[in-house]
Amino acid sequence: MSLAQHLPALQVVLPLISAPLAVLSRRAGLAFLIVTAAAWTAFAIAIALWLQVDLSGPVSYPIGNWEPPWGIEYRLDRLNSFMLVLVSGMAAVVLPYSRASIEREIPQESHYLFYAMLGLCLTGLLGMSITGDAFNLFVFLEISSLSTYVLIAMGRDRRALTAAYQYLIMGSIGATFIVIGIGFLYLMTGTLNLADMVDRVARIENSRPGLAALAFITVGVSLKVALAPLHQWLPNAYTYAPSSVSAFLAATATKVALYALIRFYFTVFGDAFLFEKLPLPKMMLVLSLFAMFFANFIAIFQDNLKRLFAYSSIGQIGYITLGLSFDSIDGVAASIMHLFNHGVAKGAIFLLVGAIVARLTTRQSAPPAPGFDRIAGLARSMPWTCFGIVIGGLSLIGVPGTAGFISKWYLVLAAVDKGQWWLVGAILFSSLLAVAYVWRFVEAAYFRAPPAGREAFGEASLSLLIPAWLLVGATVWFGIDTSFTVGSAIEAAQQLVHNHK
Amino acid sequence: MLAHFSNIITVFLMVAGLFIIIARGNLIKKLIGLSLFQTSVYLLYITPGKLIGGTAPIISPQYTVYSNPLPHVLILTAIVVGVATLALGLALAVRIREAYGSIEEDEILERDHGVEAEEAKEARS
Amino acid sequence: MRNDLVLRVVGRLMIPSILIFALYVQFHGDFGPGGGFQAGVIVAAGIVFYALIYGVTATRRLVPDCVVETMVASGVLIYAGVGLAGLLLGGHYLDYSVLGHDPVHGQHRGIFWVEVGVATTVCGVMLKIFYMFTSRGNSED
Repeated sequence: MSLAQHLPALQVVLPLISAPLAVLSRRAGLAFLIVTAAAWTAFAIAIALWLQVDLSGPVSYPIGNWEPPWGIEYRLDRLNSFMLVLVSGMAAVVLPYSRASIEREIPQESHYLFYAMLGLCLTGLLGMSITGDAFNLFVFLEISSLSTYVLIAMGRDRRALTAAYQYLIMGSIGATFIVIGIGFLYLMTGTLNLADMVDRVARIENSRPGLAALAFITVGVSLKVALAPLHQWLPNAYTYAPSSVSAFLAATATKVALYALIRFYFTVFGDAFLFEKLPLPKMMLVLSLFAMFFANFIAIFQDNLKRLFAYSSIGQIGYITLGLSFDSIDGVAASIMHLFNHGVAKGAIFLLVGAIVARLTTRQSAPPAPGFDRIAGLARSMPWTCFGIVIGGLSLIGVPGTAGFISKWYLVLAAVDKGQWWLVGAILFSSLLAVAYVWRFVEAAYFRAPPAGREAFGEASLSLLIPAWLLVGATVWFGIDTSFTVGSAIEAAQQLVHNHK
Repeated sequence: MLAHFSNIITVFLMVAGLFIIIARGNLIKKLIGLSLFQTSVYLLYITPGKLIGGTAPIISPQYTVYSNPLPHVLILTAIVVGVATLALGLALAVRIREAYGSIEEDEILERDHGVEAEEAKEARS
Repeated sequence: MRNDLVLRVVGRLMIPSILIFALYVQFHGDFGPGGGFQAGVIVAAGIVFYALIYGVTATRRLVPDCVVETMVASGVLIYAGVGLAGLLLGGHYLDYSVLGHDPVHGQHRGIFWVEVGVATTVCGVMLKIFYMFTSRGNSED
């Protein structure tokens, strides 16, 4: 057998092996090299798998040679091969950045543990995306969650501990809800294989356990997605985590949870049932609008840049679920696109905010909160950093020429297609809220005079700027050349949406 | 009633656990609630796997009725996850106590608000 | 508590038998109840028992932190190694059947090594957790 056949297994196994090797190495430098090499290899494998799916359709890999539906199956289709590229790509960018970034955020002696945890987190997220087995999905979810809690708790501020604790409680409730839902599905269908479940669920979905399973899974995954009003854990977690962790989580963790939601809704339960016979579209519509307006509105009044963009993330998740609630090819495609585009843009922003924090940090003190007073006039000393944040912000608003525009454009098209013109207005108006908070940054960084007492400092170091600007470049690139994102998203949506009308 | 005995226990544990998590402000008590909540899920999986009169699923001509082994394997994994969550939660609680001097949620929040007010003052001055 | 005669004698008697029992549980796991999880926890329990009698400092000399960390990591590596061995010998990832000259033998060999890996990691994690909590706050010596 050629190696190419084993790529689905290697995709998850290589990051998994990198974590214990990083622990064994016990040296920050070596651990960094091992985990970074694993992440880059994973990125290469993800691209290879995406091409493989592109050429020859879905790929199935039986773990331990136990044929599905009996054994655990890794199953790749358009949607999750796309997710793999996003997750491993973000890891490949964030890891080189974290080398310089954690220097002052985490004590030297636990650097190797940081890399091991990042490797495990990557393993969990990749596993969640690739697996075709419901219980395996839960296990990978917990691998990624547990390592995430540790990563957040590594922040220097003591509030990182309470943020991690709060996330641990909420995340565990969410994960347990998901297991309960999967348990009901297993009891009713007798299978754990997601593909095998499809036909069997169709027979029981109107029964009470079927509906209970749906409810438990919806609430559990929504907790992980941070769909408002279940977002309480997210702002603190993103604010107090080490900068590179904030960026990695913002770009991948909630996105993979959203993938799980899409998988359960559209593949397992099937949209014909969910969106026709249940009041789900209306509920999702209301919750999405709530997220879009409420979270974006709250974001305007935040004084801490990291917290501002954390609330903006909650708002952006609203657009993604809004697209899902349309249950049309355009709508779901817009969601998948936005998942990717927002991940890239938000990753870039958090990396650059991290660069600002690194500059504001003195050797003795804990990293200060990047408040608006501290960043006043920053564009004069850190032009590249500030310009990058502005481009990321433009993508959040959805200005043409950035990736955010493409996904919002498809979202508007889907709304028009449904004949719901008022939603177009809602999307535009909530984007205006995004304009408001991005403008707050522009105003502070470009038009205010630097505070008198601040000592002069230069641009962020290149080791921080280059990874961040790779993502900024990607934000612009995917706003202009959309063949990869739009192509993948529309094909994935065509595979998912069966409700052609 | 008796036929649903295991389900009743499961639901009772589930709700009791969730209630403790929501109603108690002590970080350790919250973790106890979380463990109870997770334990209820173990029961949810395990009890339907047992067939009365069924034996361990090792094929033998003497037996015809076997219990389902799969839930046990799944729950073994879930138990490990639960233990890991509990250990991590306790470790966080220990470090929170070192940093704040308290494991009561309201006191911790109070101390954080104090810090935030100071930070705001510092930034203004 | 190391001067308590009863504890010392009971400890001397119990700890070796706990470790032997752990090995029994480990290797009998292929044919009956038992396996790596249980064996790992039992070994860890034996060492924790030692720590209760002779103190954490003495235990840390006996089983140093670096050994514990190595155990945690190497168990995962053993597991992943078995999977990769299956892959290299021409099967799928974690395919035990190709590990021996016939599938039954291969399955036996595969699960044996996976259980060894599980026991190592579980024991290491248990000790790591124990050390982590005991080293916090007031140290007893």
